[in-house]
Amino acid sequence: MIKIIEQPFDPWHELSSFQLAMRRDGEFGACANFTGTMRDMNEGDTVNAMVLEHYPGMTEKHLGKIVQEAKEKWDLLETLVIHRVGELLPNDPIVLVAVWSAHRKDAFEASRFIMEDLKSKAPFWKKESVSGSGQQAEKNRWVEKNTSGY
Amino acid sequence: MTQTKAEKAMTIKVLYFASLRELLGCNEELISEDGLNTIGDVWQRVSDGKNVTQQVLYSINQEYAQAESLVKAGDEVAFFPPVTGG
Repeated sequence: MIKIIEQPFDPWHELSSFQLAMRRDGEFGACANFTGTMRDMNEGDTVNAMVLEHYPGMTEKHLGKIVQEAKEKWDLLETLVIHRVGELLPNDPIVLVAVWSAHRKDAFEASRFIMEDLKSKAPFWKKESVSGSGQQAEKNRWVEKNTSGY
Repeated sequence: MTQTKAEKAMTIKVLYFASLRELLGCNEELISEDGLNTIGDVWQRVSDGKNVTQQVLYSINQEYAQAESLVKAGDEVAFFPPVTGG
């Protein structure tokens, strides 16, 4: 399942309710999940808020493609991807990637693969509202690049 | 502006996102497909005279494309900066 949402979400609640609803009890031996959370600091500046823009249509299509690729490469039972868009505040969960499989190798590797592809290719863009040390005025700036996860 | 079917058939829909959308001051526009073969040609036309120094990524019908990828009337193309989600 892939969800792009504007409202804040609780990844732990999403995980448990999805796991219950997927009705795979006894089948899965592993669930690997990653949650990305908004920090209040970036490049030495205090980040007060953030706006996440996306390309409606292409984002869902691209994430669908990544998940499909992961399903072809590894033996997976279920996958869940949730990503926030719109206005975010520090400590808000931004993304959840979860993978269920019989064994841990598939779950670990596939969740990493989906997450890294999402970070480097899924069409989302972050704009931060920052205030630097010693300056009062708040300014907005686009995050230029994601750091490499490998 | 309402377009007739015939007019729509001759155009390419162009979308811009994030910092590029702000730089060009445009979310979306329809351009005539006349003389446009590749998405690189589309980019040449829409960025002509604009001071774009940043890296720009291309997509055609919501899939990543290269400068030499072919475009045709009715396509949806987009230009955007490197992605920063997650």
